[in-house]
Amino acid sequence: MRMESPLGRARGLGSAKEGVGHWWAQRLTAIALVPLSLWFVISVIALLGADHARFQAWLATPGNTAMMVLLIIATFHHAQLGVQVVIEDYVHDEAIKTASLIALKLAAVALGVFSVVAVLNVATGG
Amino acid sequence: MVEFALPPNSRVTRGKTVKAPAGAKNVKTFEIYRYDPDAGGNPTLDVFEIDRDACGPMVLDALIKIKNEVDSTLTFRRSCREGICGSCAMNIDGANTLACLKPIDDVEGAVKIYPLPHMPVVKDLVPDLSVPYAQLASIKPWMQTQTPPPPDRERLQSPEERAKLDGLWECILCFCCQTSCPSYWWNGERYLGPAILLQAARWIDDSRDEMTGERLDHLEDPFRLYRCHTIMNCTTTCPKGLNPAKAIGSIKQKLVERR
Repeated sequence: MRMESPLGRARGLGSAKEGVGHWWAQRLTAIALVPLSLWFVISVIALLGADHARFQAWLATPGNTAMMVLLIIATFHHAQLGVQVVIEDYVHDEAIKTASLIALKLAAVALGVFSVVAVLNVATGG
Repeated sequence: MVEFALPPNSRVTRGKTVKAPAGAKNVKTFEIYRYDPDAGGNPTLDVFEIDRDACGPMVLDALIKIKNEVDSTLTFRRSCREGICGSCAMNIDGANTLACLKPIDDVEGAVKIYPLPHMPVVKDLVPDLSVPYAQLASIKPWMQTQTPPPPDRERLQSPEERAKLDGLWECILCFCCQTSCPSYWWNGERYLGPAILLQAARWIDDSRDEMTGERLDHLEDPFRLYRCHTIMNCTTTCPKGLNPAKAIGSIKQKLVERR
């Protein structure tokens, strides 16, 4: 039974005094992903049928390596920001929510670092 | 998790049917959500057939006719019957609107009437709005200043400054937008919702108010403000033609501006 007043419920734990950073980062990565995704799709089409050696030569140029690393960072950062919002929207059990957010953040960092290392590996002759 | 289905005791069952009087030529069917906490049991959908030739043009006219002539236990809020008090907000034909502004002829087939969505129901079409009212109080919807008022006159505002409040002051707090918002359904205790955020914007944009920073502090929160995902149901449903989504956008913009 809840006898807490409606105003008590509405005021709750108070304002977290954050959220604008998350919102801004989501917009910034979304804007960054427009040219990065376009570049990626065009590059993949141009590389259709290429063998490993030609692909490696393409990736080894500094411009392409940098674009690839930027694409990976922006994608994983944007994805984890978005999925965080989905979890906060729908998961109301505090313990499950916290566990999901921890798993999400760690997975995003792990997968992001793995992808960047893989790109550098291939770019430097792996 | 969020509840996507109604709990068993809230599922709507078929209720009674009241036929139109014999000889009625222009019959319109109304299917109305009924719930009586004193009787217990599940809510029902009662069917009333109304003679349109003996009824006013708006949905509220039909509700009043049913209450006066058919079933006096039908419970709903209404006052001004001209779209300025916000009392008769309900879900008609699948969209939240004011019964007094909704023409019966706008609805094809049976007119389905439910209380505002996802609120606890007090009785029939009367929702419990105490949480949204408390949320309104929490944003302090009154002028706050440090400068004492001029001794001889009111606080002045230029026509341009006053124009910034257009599209905000017209809100009648019917909560059609508030209860149409999925984000408010899922997180109604923590997300302030479109109606309250539009009111917050109304005071943030008021040139005479001196607590803009404190107001923004109060709103900057992942739940209070940033649960708005620009779904836009609020703007689609507003019976006064206002744009709560735009007001929320202006608050987000000011929070970026002051970084």
